[in-house]
Amino acid sequence: MWKGDYLFLLENLVVKDFKIRYRNMSLGVFWSLLNPLVMMSALTFVFTAVFPNNQIENFPIFVLCGLVPFNFFTVAWQNGTISVANNAGLIKRVPVPREIVPIATVLSTCVHLAIQIGLLLSMVIVFGRGVNWHWLWLPVVWGLEILFVCGITLMTSALDVYVRDVRYVVESACTLLFWMVPVFYAIQSVPQSYANLYQFNPLAALILALRTILIDGDSPSSTLLLKLAFSSTLVFAVGLYVFHRLKRQFFDYL
Amino acid sequence: MKVIQLQNVTKTFHRSGGQKLLRHYLEDLLGKTDPERFFALKDVSFSVRDGESVAVIGANGAGKSTLLSLVTGLAPPSAGTVTVTGRAAALLDLGSGFHPDLTGRENILLNASLLGFSRSRAYALYDQIVEFSELDDFIKEPLRTYSNGMMLRLAFSVAVNLDPQILIIDEVLAVGDQKFQAKCTEKIFEIRNQGRTILCVSHVSPTLRELCDRAIWLDHGQLIMDGPIGEVSAAYEGRLTSPA
Repeated sequence: MWKGDYLFLLENLVVKDFKIRYRNMSLGVFWSLLNPLVMMSALTFVFTAVFPNNQIENFPIFVLCGLVPFNFFTVAWQNGTISVANNAGLIKRVPVPREIVPIATVLSTCVHLAIQIGLLLSMVIVFGRGVNWHWLWLPVVWGLEILFVCGITLMTSALDVYVRDVRYVVESACTLLFWMVPVFYAIQSVPQSYANLYQFNPLAALILALRTILIDGDSPSSTLLLKLAFSSTLVFAVGLYVFHRLKRQFFDYL
Repeated sequence: MKVIQLQNVTKTFHRSGGQKLLRHYLEDLLGKTDPERFFALKDVSFSVRDGESVAVIGANGAGKSTLLSLVTGLAPPSAGTVTVTGRAAALLDLGSGFHPDLTGRENILLNASLLGFSRSRAYALYDQIVEFSELDDFIKEPLRTYSNGMMLRLAFSVAVNLDPQILIIDEVLAVGDQKFQAKCTEKIFEIRNQGRTILCVSHVSPTLRELCDRAIWLDHGQLIMDGPIGEVSAAYEGRLTSPA
């Protein structure tokens, strides 16, 4: 059995992913900033000039609060899903704990995420919303989101080993998700009966919490936080269980 | 003390191999494919005591590599039990954790952590590994600039310096030029003389006869013979020259 230094291994795997990604980009970190800025401008143009709306103020930061979590979620989930199958060489040759592969992939996306959160917070300040005590909730809600992504990725990455179509299902789910979470519309526009359901989706809950904290300058409601914590922990537990059940046969299917 | 113990171990594989698409599952459901399995190992039992060095010999496809992946815990047996006590380090496919875009230094640290080194041990052994590999200044260059021999030297240096209780070797004695090969062989002998357990898969060679006391002969997944290396390799070579 593998009895090594988990933290050291995780650190090395995350650093590896990060270095490989950025060493081959001449503009490096700039690309992490460009994508959300372009999307933000495009959506702002569509929803202030093409379909003008009068309810949402500060549309650029409103939409950026949706884009940053959405981008993180889709990139981490898609890369994580294929991580076990793509690292077949490693899985078949080195007895490392298998869970570490998808988790390291998700965590390496967090470096990218940190840059985008930096952008989001700067934009919030540029738009005249100052720093306040409620910002202390930010690490909590982001932490729960990362837990959720790790959980769902453990599940899909293990399934992807057995059925390689899972990655395409995940891809389609991400496209669909852009419309099904409130990235560019307000939760207030969603009929009440559906709105309660939205809060159980950790991604939607995170976006709502971010808007409350950064735009309204308030703490997220306790029901929202509880639902976010409940569904993130549940998904992570189920993910670990599924992965644990499926990992024994990885060798035969890779 | 028995450090490796296999009891009635059987391992089967799908003939089609692992990768599957949804289509293949549907075909299975509709009964279109023949779920034929083949035996990589068939009812194999043996044990290895602490400090023993054992060679596993046999033709290609005899199940040698499958045996090693069971012992390292990479694959579960289809039937029977595999018990291993103590930390095993496997020199299987050297450099499988390497990445071409990382420098030699970064690859050493990554590979060390994959093999289970702690942070402090990895940094403590770093200089020793670089020195053993004889890569000098190349250690700061990305791996893609290395020659194949240089890469293998680096991989061997990392694995062999781990100081494992059980060393598992898969035909990797032939690394680099003759000078480096001699150095590798010497290092493996040194590990054996420290009283470590060695399980070695290789072609029969004078070095192997000297390194191991005992040999296990596998053929088509079955254990044919288990005994002192002189007798087993003589029987094995006798069978090769006069096919019965």
